[in-house]
Formats: sequence, structure tokens, C-alpha cells
Amino acid sequence: MASNAAAPFWRSAGMTYITYSNICANLVRNCLKEPYKTEALTREKVHFSVSKWTEGKPEKPTIRSDTPED
Amino acid sequence: MFRRATGLLARRLMSSSGSRARPYSTDLPAAPTEDSTFVEAWKKVIPNIEPPKTPLSFMKPRPATPSSIPSKLTVNFVLPYASELSTKEVDMVIIPATTGQMGVLPGHVATIAELKPGVLSVHEGNEVKKYFISSGFAFIHANSYADIVAIEAVPVDQIDPSLVQKGLAEFTQKLSSASTDLEKAEAQIGVGVHSALNSALTG
Repeated sequence: MASNAAAPFWRSAGMTYITYSNICANLVRNCLKEPYKTEALTREKVHFSVSKWTEGKPEKPTIRSDTPED
Repeated sequence: MFRRATGLLARRLMSSSGSRARPYSTDLPAAPTEDSTFVEAWKKVIPNIEPPKTPLSFMKPRPATPSSIPSKLTVNFVLPYASELSTKEVDMVIIPATTGQMGVLPGHVATIAELKPGVLSVHEGNEVKKYFISSGFAFIHANSYADIVAIEAVPVDQIDPSLVQKGLAEFTQKLSSASTDLEKAEAQIGVGVHSALNSALTG
């Protein structure tokens, strides 16, 4: 049994499976016909805020959002 | 008083895992809903209180592998936002595994397959439904149940051929001009996905 199977090209370039899978999904969504394409793009929207913590205190959060700011 | 029960549990687990190798999950009978050795040991020490429910008793037991091959394959095809097919009985599915198109019939050996961008076709009687899958996994169990998970799956007629051609040209061009490993990998993914979309439209 091969313990180190040949890594797929994206793995050897430093990409994780999730990144690869999300890129594939985005490419497919961008190739759809019109009414389906707009539905699919709404599915792609993300909204999250990330903040790094140093010495027990959160720093300023970065907000990544595809929804317009209110 | 309760410390003895955990000691008994630990000793029982140690002895059973050391003495024999665990059988493959395909050879096991239907999964039990509770651990009978634990329940008996509990009753011996604490006869008045009900034994605690373990996670095993909350789960639905794994269906036993039937002794004869069932006539239909039961497919669960799920996406993150919807359940496309839920315990649908079909005759065959052809999945686009990274090792090539794989046909799954009832009685297929238990397999875990990583899927590449390609066409999944579901054959039921005379009708064939085709979906283009972006990527995912397929788990085929010994009792002829198949779980297919994908991030995006669209019926092939929802794909726009002109956008596919444009994407293919764009990524082939990016591939030749890519410098870093990461850019090369992204361009290669683009070329791979668009050529798979292309062959799905023509094939």
C-alpha cells in the first residue's frame, strides 16, 4: 500500500482540498445560463468577520462581506 | 461508587481491542443499539439505577449487509444547500471519480471515491438524469446505499456553452503566462474544469 501516494497538482502547489473544491464550484457557477446564474451567485456570497487575538485581547476585526454595507 | 463503572469499561475495551483485530465494517452484522457488556456490568454494580444512554443508543443502527444482492441501489445525493436525491432507488449511477468514470450497480463493493469535475448520471429504468458535478465524494456502502456529496451540481442543460468556451480560452492563456506555482495550479484547475464542462456539453 503506497503510504505517500503522488499528491495531486494542487496539493503540491500548496493548496488545500477545500480551496480547490471552492474554486471548482465557483468556475462552474460562472458558466451557467442566465436565471440559474444569478441564483447561484447569491449562494456564493459570504459574510464573516475575523479578528486575531494577541495577549488575550482581540485586534481590529477584518470584515469580509459580499453583501452591501447598510 | 461510579468510579468503578468507568474502570470496568476501560478494562473491557482494552482486552477486546488487544486480543483480536477489528473486523472490516462490511463484514459486521447490523450495529447493536447498546453495548450489552457495559449494560450487564452496570446492572451488577448498580441494579437500581437505569444505565446511562450512550451515543450508540441514540443513533439509528447501521443496516445489516443483506445476504443476497438487492435489486436496486439507494442513492442519497446531497449538496450544501439542497438534497437533490434522498433515498432514491435506482438501477445504476455513473460517477466521475478521479480514477475515471465508475459505474455503481447494486451489490458494488464498499468504496470511497473522490470525484473530479464531471457528469454524474442516474439510470432509473429507461430514463437517465445527468448532473454536472464540480467536485465531491461518493461513499458506497456494502448494503447498496450510495451517498454522493458535491458542492455544486447542475443539470447539464443549465450550462451556457459560450461562457464555457470563453472560460477555456481565458484559462489556457493564463496557464501559459502563469509564474508562481499557485497561479499555475489555479490555471490548471480552470482548464480542467472548463474542458470537463465542454465534454459534458458535447458527450
